Amino acid sequence: MSDSAFLPSSASAVPVATITSRTSRHSALVRVTHWITTLCFLALLVSGAEIVVSHPRFYWGETGNVLTPTLFKLPIPASRRLVPTGYGYVLPDQNGWSRYLHFQAAWIVVLTGLLYTISIFFTGHLRKNLLPGNSDLSLRAFSTVIANHLRFQRPSEAEAWSYNVLQRLTYLFVIFVLFPLVIWTGLAMSPAFVSAVPATVTLLGGQQSARTLHFFVSVALLLFLLVHVGLVCLAGFRSRMRAMITGRAGTHREGI
Amino acid sequence: MSDLSRRKLIKTGLAATAGVAGLGVGALIAQRYGLVPPDHGGIYGLGETLTYASQRLLTRHSLAREFHPSQISKPPLANEIAPPNDAFKRLQAGGFADWPLSINGMVDRRATFSLAQLKSYPSRSQITQLACEEGWSYIAEWIGVPLSHVLDVVGVHPQAKYIAYFSIEPDWWESMDMADALHPQTFLAYGMNGGELPVGNGGPLRLRLPRQLGYKSVKFITHLTVTDSLKSFGKGLGSASPEAGYAWYAGI
Repeated sequence: MSDSAFLPSSASAVPVATITSRTSRHSALVRVTHWITTLCFLALLVSGAEIVVSHPRFYWGETGNVLTPTLFKLPIPASRRLVPTGYGYVLPDQNGWSRYLHFQAAWIVVLTGLLYTISIFFTGHLRKNLLPGNSDLSLRAFSTVIANHLRFQRPSEAEAWSYNVLQRLTYLFVIFVLFPLVIWTGLAMSPAFVSAVPATVTLLGGQQSARTLHFFVSVALLLFLLVHVGLVCLAGFRSRMRAMITGRAGTHREGI
Repeated sequence: MSDLSRRKLIKTGLAATAGVAGLGVGALIAQRYGLVPPDHGGIYGLGETLTYASQRLLTRHSLAREFHPSQISKPPLANEIAPPNDAFKRLQAGGFADWPLSINGMVDRRATFSLAQLKSYPSRSQITQLACEEGWSYIAEWIGVPLSHVLDVVGVHPQAKYIAYFSIEPDWWESMDMADALHPQTFLAYGMNGGELPVGNGGPLRLRLPRQLGYKSVKFITHLTVTDSLKSFGKGLGSASPEAGYAWYAGI
């Protein structure tokens, strides 16, 4: 497989002439893990929201319940009668299947993420496509990319073949900061897991702190998802989707 | 067919065969070492089995975190309970003096214990957290007799794999594996925060499993059965929780 089109990290330097129909924009591994992660993330999001609805109150420290002060409350009705929400009704309780689905999706996404993370060190994906090049990290390069984003400018032809510096840093942050954090804070809520590895929860300041942090990291991941999908639409939904599904990148512009 | 695609086909075939064989061997080993939960069937069986197997390997002997007396939640939260049934009210009227705990199944000596008998055994206490699957939690001191002590008294058969435990409230029952049953923090709890265990918190007798979520700590315990299979209990899913859509294993 020819990877030559991936080499330059600066988008404008991509030699368009090397882009042929035989070249794959995204490797099969990246495409498969991307969509498994997407499905799992959506399952985790829906089931996580259902679990939160059973007790939409958040605390800091070891313990928290309806008799203790909250850090903050979500202004929504709850699915359990014990929670005082100010609403005169109780939502349907969906915790059973939500918890089953949450942990099943967590297992699949963690195993998928491990496969992805280990493989990107060997395939060159990390070095070539994710780590920013030296020229990308200059103030001028940064401000150009940011200015382009702020003007909602559609990316250049060559950017279909390479990530810009903001993309690279964002993906690295999601892969190496947000995903590990959401796994850590999730495990810190498990009474059995923390019996074996107590530091998982004590480092976070307690089981309720872990729950609150798990919520915040999940919100950060949701924000990433929304911006990610928004920018995919801006860049050209069909061509970007085709690239991530079939591996082929469009070399022509398309209208939105 | 070109060489390349033939090679690819053979490679893929070999990988698939190895994968299926690996899964099969994994399943056999998991079964052999008791790492498959009773609710392993159905679409969520994969996640459930992975959670139970990995946590069981990781936590066979680990102790739930214990806390300083100053961390005890005041007042302790008494979760909502259904109005007690007539049998409970009768025993309550007698100050729970006749509260029975019967044990049968794979034991040398079937027995029924009174609360006074249970209290005559060496008592232990632990300050541990009770976390509900809903998300709330509290810390309390739990006082009782370790379940393992009572199991020693009745003599559990070596082939026993599970303890099913039943509340006086009908259809409220759970079960645990022997790793939890013999765990030093698994209590038949009759006291809390230095006093009697309040009815709201499961008194007069609650099975306390601090390494699992609150719903495994069944209130108003009157009966235990020692068994090597949960298939004949209820719908065969291990406890009332999976029948209501909740996981049998609640370590997470």
